[in-house]
Amino acid sequence: MLQLTSIHVNLGKQSILRGVDLQVEQGELLGLLGPNGAGKSTLLRCILQLIPIAEGDVRLEGSFVHTIPVQERSRKIAYLAQHGPVYWPISVERLVSLGRFPHLSSWQHLSSQDENIVETTLRQTDLWHLRQRTVTTLSGGERTRTLLARALAVDAPLLLADEPVAALDPAHQLQIMDLLRQYSDTGHSVIVVMHDLTLAARYCHRIALMHEGKLIASGTAREVLKAEHLAEVYKIDARYGPDDDFYIIPWRQLEERTLKNSR
Amino acid sequence: MDSTPRSRLLYWLALIVSVLMLVSLNLGMGQVSMIDLFTAGDAAAVWLILVEIRLPRTMIAAITGASLGLCGAAMQGLLRNPLASPGLIGSSSGAALGAVIVLYLGLSQHNWLLLPFGGMLGALVALILVYLLAGRDASIVTIVLAGVAINALAISCVSLILNFAPSPYAVQEIVLWTLGSVSNLSMNDLWILLPPTLLGWLLFIGTGRSLDLLTLGEDTAQSMGIDLVFLRTKLFVAVALCVGAAVSITGAIGFIGLVVPHLLRPLVGYQPGRLLIASAFGGASMLLGADIVVRLMPPGPEIKIGVLTAIVGAPFFLFLILKTRRWQI
Repeated sequence: MLQLTSIHVNLGKQSILRGVDLQVEQGELLGLLGPNGAGKSTLLRCILQLIPIAEGDVRLEGSFVHTIPVQERSRKIAYLAQHGPVYWPISVERLVSLGRFPHLSSWQHLSSQDENIVETTLRQTDLWHLRQRTVTTLSGGERTRTLLARALAVDAPLLLADEPVAALDPAHQLQIMDLLRQYSDTGHSVIVVMHDLTLAARYCHRIALMHEGKLIASGTAREVLKAEHLAEVYKIDARYGPDDDFYIIPWRQLEERTLKNSR
Repeated sequence: MDSTPRSRLLYWLALIVSVLMLVSLNLGMGQVSMIDLFTAGDAAAVWLILVEIRLPRTMIAAITGASLGLCGAAMQGLLRNPLASPGLIGSSSGAALGAVIVLYLGLSQHNWLLLPFGGMLGALVALILVYLLAGRDASIVTIVLAGVAINALAISCVSLILNFAPSPYAVQEIVLWTLGSVSNLSMNDLWILLPPTLLGWLLFIGTGRSLDLLTLGEDTAQSMGIDLVFLRTKLFVAVALCVGAAVSITGAIGFIGLVVPHLLRPLVGYQPGRLLIASAFGGASMLLGADIVVRLMPPGPEIKIGVLTAIVGAPFFLFLILKTRRWQI
């Protein structure tokens, strides 16, 4: 589905991504984890061709992403930006229907099929009763759900979601992750950037762990989120739940001395 | 989905513009109205007053107002800022400077086409400078800052020219022109105004959807197929053509591009794309209305329309700032 090969990205003289290889299969929910500044958002922006790639290539369904016409690409990759801004107080329904714009030409109006997709998405995301409300009057959870609904309404084979559960309470975090999992269960691929280790382990089919512009590990939660990786990447000591109920609690920050000894 | 209320709004606005145009055509010194064309003895004189004097004034007020409203809505949508207007990104003051240079050098006496040409060139140069100063992929803040800088530069250059004006007559001519007016205009002025304005309007076509998507921010809009550099270039050129032409014919008429989109925005569900045509009609109504008010005032020195829009617009601008400050709290 998506294949990244040896991606290098520079910002001025600084190297942001240093040779990232990553593959995402159809119907897979991939959790992209790593500390702040690891290059997770940059990687998503690379896939979207929002920033220039110094070296390496991105392939989507076998084609180089930069060769896919922009309009077609916007139908194949949906993007939920981090802290997604909404500049004007438009209604929830109108905002979600913006997700259908990549499927329309400049003069086309929403077809009845587009309207059906918008309605289905509003119902799936439990926003139907809020459809006439303006986005600025929504709570944080409702707003995130609305922005996610807009991205889901594109109905793209690949969804890139940048920290959709940040700053949400536990119930809304579960709700958003449930929605992403349902989306991937219907054959769509999803890359979700997140920080909650347990939530990632519970929902994602596979996890990719980044650190300082490199991919440290990728695989199942048990393979990737093990103690030595967390110590290396986050500089933390974590406590793990029992084998059949895998959860991770970040326990304490490791001091530099402890890290050196463990090495 | 909710296209019916929007269509209804456009019908109403179009009706208001039509009525105001009729009023404007029938209003003025000489107590001549369209009915006199059929009843008056000297139909030729009536025709002359209506077609040669009042028609250009009415048409230029409507077209300039529509351009200013349209440009204001487009700039506010592009920069996602309710305080943005053609003046903010330097186009109005650039156009004013271009035209003032032509007036100062007395070039307009040799060829009357040079005045609008100077205005358009000034607006274009100002916008290109803003664009170069801000950089290709500039953020909104950088563009606005660059606009403020170029605005200040253009205004100070106008002051410098006034300072060195050769005669009091030249100073008076420049100052009166900068106040903004649609009086004493001929069909020639209308023919000069029309081509660049129509070209500018054409460039706005098809930008509504892109402006709607920019509601979600630049990254998301680009991920949805918007070529941001192309969109910015297209809108900047369109604004330069429309504002450059309008300012060079009527002088600087402020606040229409700021106030009109703001008043109409709630009526189009806050959608920047839907605001474009509505603001064009709204701008035309506002300038026609202001011109009618100017003409209804008691005899004496005529108040310039640019002064009137500024007197009404400036307090509105202050109100907007206070409202924005309240949102931030």
